[in-house]
Amino acid sequence: MPAFATPQNAQRRLQPILRSKLIARLTTPHGVDRYLEQIDPLWSAFETRARVTEVTRQTADTVTLRLQPNANWQGFVPGQYLQLSVDIDGRRYTRCFSPANSCHAKDGHIELTARINPEGTLTRHLRDHAHAGMIVGLSQAAGDFALPAQRPERILLISGGSGITPVMSMLRSLCDEGHRGPITFLHYARSKEDQLYTEELEQLAARHANVTLLRSYEQGAGELYGRFSREQLESAAPDYADATTFLCGPPPMMAAVEAVWAADGLNAQLHRERFVVAASAPATAETTGGELRFVRSERLAVSDGATLLEQAEAAGLRPDYGCRMGICHACSCRKTTGRVRDIRDGRLSGDGEEDIQLCVSQPVGSVTLEL
Amino acid sequence: MSIYDTLSPKDFEAIGAEFDAIREDVLADLGSRDADYIRGIIKRQRQLEIGGRAMMMLPPTWLAGIGALSASKILDNMEIGHNIMHGQYDWMNDPAVSSRHFDWDTANSAEQWKRTHNYEHHTFTNVVGRDHDVGYGLLRMSEDQPWEPRFLFNAPLAVILHLFFQHFVAIQNLKLEDYLVYKTKTRAELREEFRPMWKKMRKQLAKDYALFPALAGPLAPLVFVGNVAANATRNVWACAVIFNGHFPEQVEQFDESVVDNETRGHWYVRQLLGSANFEGSKLMHIMSGNLSHQIEHHLFPDLPAHRYAEIAPRVRAVCEQYGLPYNTGSFWKQTASTWKRILRMSLPSKRQPEAAPQQPATTEARLAA
Ligand code: FES
Repeated sequence: MPAFATPQNAQRRLQPILRSKLIARLTTPHGVDRYLEQIDPLWSAFETRARVTEVTRQTADTVTLRLQPNANWQGFVPGQYLQLSVDIDGRRYTRCFSPANSCHAKDGHIELTARINPEGTLTRHLRDHAHAGMIVGLSQAAGDFALPAQRPERILLISGGSGITPVMSMLRSLCDEGHRGPITFLHYARSKEDQLYTEELEQLAARHANVTLLRSYEQGAGELYGRFSREQLESAAPDYADATTFLCGPPPMMAAVEAVWAADGLNAQLHRERFVVAASAPATAETTGGELRFVRSERLAVSDGATLLEQAEAAGLRPDYGCRMGICHACSCRKTTGRVRDIRDGRLSGDGEEDIQLCVSQPVGSVTLEL
Repeated sequence: MSIYDTLSPKDFEAIGAEFDAIREDVLADLGSRDADYIRGIIKRQRQLEIGGRAMMMLPPTWLAGIGALSASKILDNMEIGHNIMHGQYDWMNDPAVSSRHFDWDTANSAEQWKRTHNYEHHTFTNVVGRDHDVGYGLLRMSEDQPWEPRFLFNAPLAVILHLFFQHFVAIQNLKLEDYLVYKTKTRAELREEFRPMWKKMRKQLAKDYALFPALAGPLAPLVFVGNVAANATRNVWACAVIFNGHFPEQVEQFDESVVDNETRGHWYVRQLLGSANFEGSKLMHIMSGNLSHQIEHHLFPDLPAHRYAEIAPRVRAVCEQYGLPYNTGSFWKQTASTWKRILRMSLPSKRQPEAAPQQPATTEARLAA
């Protein structure tokens, strides 16, 4: 049976059994995955995990991973993102990345490129320690920044810095599909050395007559000069009003592009992905004035500096609690963004997703809670 | 007179600072050592469980199977479940070891237990009337509980509690004594409260007493009996460990008034006076979920339990400095002491609690009286 050739296929065949009710009953209360992972970390009936098969460093401040996901990975639409989880010194860190590969890749691999944030634990760890064989956690792909199933005829891709990854995936997928319509790829980088996927972009442009590659570097010459402007756009892609445009890059560049599209009343044709989520609060910020977002109950409050439990209650929510002094963990809650300070010892949390205790946490800046 | 009254407010403040410092040192040091430890224990538990269940299906290895499954259940409940559900590994951010998600291999549901144990027991440790673990509504464990004729059966009831511990803990939230003894709870109320508990109990009962025996085909009775034995072994051991942690003779019980305006220092001291350790081998510590260090556990319920042995000398030093007792002894010494108390409490005490009301409305009101 050639279908059994890859472990992924073998797993897929077993999935209906592993997910059966009988197995669930026999493995209650832990569930089958807590047993399977003891045999092989990639084995899982429900969870998506992947093995790093290759690590490359295209530029000085990025790292590119090739991942082989397990059978639970359901694929993605070019442009979407996923969450990557990595254990670092015992703690799990999670960040979003966009796959950069074509969605038609035969081997089912995922390619992620991370720009190293000098203050980011996860990306610094990837820079220093990512290696083939490493196991990581994945979420399924998500996000509406994605190529529509009915591919638009005329496509304009605009990216800056590491914002290239989702649009790279779009370009690679379209080329694999033999897309006929014109595609213009507009990219902004600091210098040629800082640009990702240089060679491949050049090859794609050389091989596909409908692909136009235009780059602008802050230092050194590209096909274009200077920052994004209306004039530059009009000479580079004069028919931009007819195109469906996908935009991803640093905030100032995105703002410049958005302004042009808004002025022309073309907002409906501009799809964008914000790469940099609201900057995390500095460690010294006050605990008042930040925004508290309670996502499940869709409520918003302005922080008054009290503990999150008190503030949630003041906002009319009824979170679980017990001791209100930090010992029972009844008030544990998922924080999705922002930092909190532990009132017992002043310790500052990370700014990623983690479980916190509402009764002993004060928000530092804006905080989002699954509450 | 309790040591409580000999310490000055300044002392309490200093004690609070000393214990806080120990806590912070461990917090600052958490890392892959702790993650590897708990994952290692989980791996061992899963091996014992799978091995145990398999061996139990073969007559020659039946006894070994019971041993392995008992050990697996003990590890699952004590070093893994109890500690994870205390939030000791929440900092790892891994749902598999998070107090929000973990459930254990016992009849009691995680949700219910976190309420009675993490909150009631750990906040109101040994406060008669607030901490239902003082006697589980079944036994008389403190002079402050008024004597009733049913407590003549304290010792045999304690044996029954040990044997069926998982089920007693599962229904602890029902406060069954309010229905059976004090008639303050109706049958309908009881049935309503029992429903969520039954959801978890049913699954556990089905797994151990129907599904796994059925898998063994003609050897079903062997597996059934084996599972009864493994559950009972775990029950007796878990109950003994917990009793040793709070009921040896020197351990204090408290009146509800102590929790009013309690400072951090007072809280630490109450945890200390309300707990007792026992000594033993490394294996003994692991198999007790490190509740052999009940004192350290009550001072720092959300620090990874395998750290308790490391910090115990520092805790002891603080006790010595302030003349606080540090109740410890061998497992058997603490067990004997506990049973002495159980027997003593079956008879009315010379010292009567002041002004017990005639018709208490609920367990809490009655015990608190
Ligand atoms: S309510 Fe007990 S830890 Fe927050």
